[in-house]
Amino acid sequence: MMKIRKLFSVFIVLAFLSPVASHAAKSTEELPNIPWGFQKVFSTYDRPALQRGFQVYKEVCAGCHGLDKVAYRNLSGLGYNPDEIKAIAAEYTVIDGPNDEGEMFERAAVPADRFVSPFPNDNAARASNGGALPPDLSLIIKARTNGPNYLFGLLTGYAEEAPAGEELLDGQYWNKYFPGHKISMAPPLSDGLITYSDGTEATVEMATRDVVEFLAWASEPTMEARKQMGVKVLLFLFFLSVLLYIVKRRVWRDVH
Amino acid sequence: MSGNTEKGQFDNKVVSWVDERLPIFTMLSKEYGVFPTPKNFNYFWNFGAIAMAMLSIMILTGIFLAMNYTAHADEAFNSVERITRDVNYGWLLRYLHMNGASFFFIAVYIHIGRGLFYGSYKGPRELLWIFGVLIFLLMMGTAFMGYTLPWSQMSGWGATVITNLFSAIPIVGDSIHTLLIGGFTVDNPTLNRFFALHYLLPFVIVAVVFLHVWALHVTGSNNPLGIEPKSKKDTLPFHPYYTSKDVFGLSVFLLFYLWVVFFHPLALSHADHFKPFDSMVTPEHIVPEWYFLPFYAILKSFTADLVIPFTGIILVEAKLLGVLAMFGSIGLLFVLPWLDSSPVRSATFRPIYKICLFLLLISMLVLGYTGSQPAEGWVVVAAQITTAYYFIHFLVILPLLGKIERTKPLPKSINESVLAKKEGK
Repeated sequence: MMKIRKLFSVFIVLAFLSPVASHAAKSTEELPNIPWGFQKVFSTYDRPALQRGFQVYKEVCAGCHGLDKVAYRNLSGLGYNPDEIKAIAAEYTVIDGPNDEGEMFERAAVPADRFVSPFPNDNAARASNGGALPPDLSLIIKARTNGPNYLFGLLTGYAEEAPAGEELLDGQYWNKYFPGHKISMAPPLSDGLITYSDGTEATVEMATRDVVEFLAWASEPTMEARKQMGVKVLLFLFFLSVLLYIVKRRVWRDVH
Repeated sequence: MSGNTEKGQFDNKVVSWVDERLPIFTMLSKEYGVFPTPKNFNYFWNFGAIAMAMLSIMILTGIFLAMNYTAHADEAFNSVERITRDVNYGWLLRYLHMNGASFFFIAVYIHIGRGLFYGSYKGPRELLWIFGVLIFLLMMGTAFMGYTLPWSQMSGWGATVITNLFSAIPIVGDSIHTLLIGGFTVDNPTLNRFFALHYLLPFVIVAVVFLHVWALHVTGSNNPLGIEPKSKKDTLPFHPYYTSKDVFGLSVFLLFYLWVVFFHPLALSHADHFKPFDSMVTPEHIVPEWYFLPFYAILKSFTADLVIPFTGIILVEAKLLGVLAMFGSIGLLFVLPWLDSSPVRSATFRPIYKICLFLLLISMLVLGYTGSQPAEGWVVVAAQITTAYYFIHFLVILPLLGKIERTKPLPKSINESVLAKKEGK
């Protein structure tokens, strides 16, 4: 018996040690911890922030990063009406075809088209970015652990220069949160780089928050529909459970 | 159903007509209507029905997902994204299915744990138990192959790691490996065969579940006291008593499941599951789904080759030892009914067994945690200690304990015990 107790206490100690150990093992910088509105249980996306974030993506990120899983029609989720969406899509050209003569041709994008990527293929993207491939951003929030905070940290975590003893190659920058710290993306944002159409002051922090909100939407555009249905389903199921419990009690009354 | 067990004795003429030609209503009435069931079940006995419901949910959502999924290495990742974005309620189907796997395993683990605690594997229910272990094994295969279908980084590399295990088998290992993945590396043929098998195996599971339930209805259910019902006083008809209880339990279980589906659908997922598979980039660390972690930890805990001392001749390589131990840990469950030497079923009356089983649970939790961590430092040691306990529990403790343990006196009948409990209140 004593031995078993002892063994058991060892397990308990191990269980308590584990978070400490895994914490110590992390060498990278602790990510910022921002209470994102859209991460709350019953919350929705912030429409004005989404539209501002879309503007940041369009004017800054889209120079290098695609968003190929999102279609222009999806922008209705940001609060744009069909005419606005048509106008946004028409700003881009897509290659379509072949036509009756067998030729490929260019035409203006329509709402049904996916976001036009800045480069025709990965090799072209690498060639104009010093060998580094700018990732597609459609799923970037889900494809990084603690996505929203990671992206916020990455975009605001640039240092003026590398710490002593670290060499940066041409076209590399020092980033506090990027794995390995050496990132090939120049600091993309600066204060006042963007002039928001709604008059909000576009500080780096504001623009970063907005673009994170927008990319969170891009990675999970069905979040609002999901939560709305979830509330109904769970309420229904809760009352059903109560009723079923009453039924069970009634049925079992003569046994207990 | 009026509780008839004689063929063709139904009030409804159509039912009678059918029943005289194919006595399906008689069968239903006998097996789910009047079927005598011990009256003292606790809520742990709900999880068989819950697991059955989860299996149905998985098959239904899976069929609709398959209608929209493309099993090709170039298309799979995008088709899964298309399901969540563009297919009507596709996000719901996908989240029900991916979290459904987790909750299916939760239900089955509780169901297995209940069997271990109350000795449900002991005679005359050995075959019932063996069918159960077979279902568990089939579930693991199905879940693993399902994990590869989105063709993400985690999918492709998970498939690479797991199929590589088979190459550790001497002589035929490499051939088996090639056969499994359909080539020399994990690629489109791997995805195609995994999709085919992922669609096939659930129906094999249904068949074994049928045998499992059949065997159950021959021996009857075990119960928390672990003694057989002796008279009618000890049992209740399945309907309405256990139908009402099962439906209530299922409803509560669904509350938890759907809470996760609707509000935390990615809580059990991993960021590498949202990057397309790239055979040139290995993820930082490859982990299976949580329900495989204890077995993954057993696999990883063998870090040294088995050698003949002082000669340096390697008898068994560490990798093969790990693979053998991992499969052995589940293989042991098949022979569990003959490893446990105690005639008493329920742990309620086995004070020492109860402690050992609690340690086994702790071991599984520690193994689960260590399985999720990179194998270094104390993690390896903890995994090795708990792996050792896992095997000692089944191979040493269970055969010996039955011979030395002094068990508490068993009650005379289920009814007596239930009445005593009632008076005690």
